[in-house]
Amino acid sequence: MAISEWLPFSVLVPLIAAPICALLPGRALPWLLAWLAALASLAITASALPQLWQGAISYPFGNWPPPIGIEYRIDAANGLVALLVSAVAAFVLPWARPINDHEIPERQGVFYALFLLAFAGLLGITLTGDAFNVFVFLEISSLSTYALVAHGWDRRALLASFRYLIMGTVGATFLLIGIGFLYMMTGTLNMADLAERLPEVQDTRTVRAALAFIVVGLGLKLALFPLHLWLPNAYAYAPSFISTFLAATATKVALYVMLRFAFTVFGVEYSFDALPLGAVLMTLAIAGMFAGSWVAMFQRNLKRLLAYSSVAQVGYMVLGVSLATSAGVAAGMLHLFNHALMKGALFMALGTLFWRVGSVRLDRLAGIGREMPWTMTAFALAGLSLIGVPLTAGFISKWYLVLAVLEAGQPWLIALIMITSLMAVYYVWRVIEAAWFTPAPAGREPVREAPVRLLVPVYVVVAANFWFGIDTRLTVGGAEAAARALLGVGP
Amino acid sequence: MAWLGHFNYWVVMILMMIGFYTVIARGNMIKKIMGLNLFQTSVFILFISAGKILGGSTPIYAEGVTVYSNPLPHVLILTAIVVGVATTAVGLALAVRIREAYGTIEDDELIDPVDQRPDDAEPTGPRDTDGWV
Repeated sequence: MAISEWLPFSVLVPLIAAPICALLPGRALPWLLAWLAALASLAITASALPQLWQGAISYPFGNWPPPIGIEYRIDAANGLVALLVSAVAAFVLPWARPINDHEIPERQGVFYALFLLAFAGLLGITLTGDAFNVFVFLEISSLSTYALVAHGWDRRALLASFRYLIMGTVGATFLLIGIGFLYMMTGTLNMADLAERLPEVQDTRTVRAALAFIVVGLGLKLALFPLHLWLPNAYAYAPSFISTFLAATATKVALYVMLRFAFTVFGVEYSFDALPLGAVLMTLAIAGMFAGSWVAMFQRNLKRLLAYSSVAQVGYMVLGVSLATSAGVAAGMLHLFNHALMKGALFMALGTLFWRVGSVRLDRLAGIGREMPWTMTAFALAGLSLIGVPLTAGFISKWYLVLAVLEAGQPWLIALIMITSLMAVYYVWRVIEAAWFTPAPAGREPVREAPVRLLVPVYVVVAANFWFGIDTRLTVGGAEAAARALLGVGP
Repeated sequence: MAWLGHFNYWVVMILMMIGFYTVIARGNMIKKIMGLNLFQTSVFILFISAGKILGGSTPIYAEGVTVYSNPLPHVLILTAIVVGVATTAVGLALAVRIREAYGTIEDDELIDPVDQRPDDAEPTGPRDTDGWV
């Protein structure tokens, strides 16, 4: 069979595995099924990617030709995001097993079923070429995510989940309103068909309102400042595994959908010339970069520190996108990929610490670098990538972002990128200072280094941060192909 | 009387604003969920209204009928209603759990002695030992 016939299975396998998973007893079987499903998705998306760089693949569901039936349309942009989502799931799950045994002692079948639903939903949002289908998969992934966040250790996880539910549903409903307006004006829901029919009716208030509703709705989902209020608590109180998975995938997928609507469906001329989307996004991105980094500098809970840092990092991605140039969008897509690597590694190191120490508070972790040197070294190395030290993936992101900013003739933005990077140096340094240069608090029990089965997956992701800092063929090549696909120039 | 022609859309707008206001302004979680429901329902009416075609008949094939109303929005909204019901269910389930954990579902009353610590204090403990707190 051709690869185009296999591609829908990357969504279908986790979707079908989810209810089976819920019925499986014990702990090992649900985990194994979830991991196998993630591996299957990874194998499918990875084998499709080289072909996507040549051109888009279309799969009509039920053999109904596209504008009538639902179509999966996969090109270099969503192929890269799908690869990222499935790779994160496949690499984090082996690490997550002992972590989940500790944090989710009961009913793991249901827990993994929810995870598979969230995973399938994220892949579905990424791969579909139908606007309404995006909404449905968005709600599948969001609803299961609310339940997963509520599984957290602390009772404040419930409040975080409720707030996420309210804000997330408002965001999704905004997206639905926008899609409704588009349907009223064009009579179609297929994204490619929408892109063809919109120019005729684009000078109407309805289409402008549709763009505004879609951007605000997705802005809530991708935690664009000031719509990020759900994110810090949801990441801080969710189980470690869920924090890791969400930080590496959920906001990325929402950003991809926003790019798809702004660039492919509405077209770059309409979004950025008819409406001041570029100015709005750039302002919010810069505000997010500063506000997120600033608040992160004063956090004492490390998970919240990383969550606020995520708000800042989303700012970098959106900053690249707001330039609306090929290089800018490529820089945004590149940071989307690289940020998943660094935040994945940081949250995994933090989850490993929590597994031993039972806390992620900075003062409780004082002196931990001498007791758990391997875990803290992994944190420090991933922190270097977050700062953007040369030879790491983070450096590649910032380098291309700076190049894009220069090409767009806005060199003053480089100063802002440098200042926020220095703020990142400060908040990563605070952790390193506490871990190695502060004596352990008197009352804490001595802890041992984490076992190898936890350290190996963490170091695999840390190594990926360095690998993609040196060999950039996949990331830079993929991001540039993605930018071309999104902007509609070349394959 | 031009505004009467847009009667459905006025209803949509009013319902949407009432719902959205309730979500933002009310501290009670059940009321927040009710507001969210109202907000979603207004969008359902928006879609359904768009499906009506003036002079169009029911979308069932019949002799001598040339104009049909558009059935697609109804099908879309059927899906959206299912999503709305699921959201409400998850929201209410969370409200029940919050009440079990905190003893209240009023935003204002959630600041109890335990939570008057800084927001990033210690976890209050695994839920499988002596419950919450």
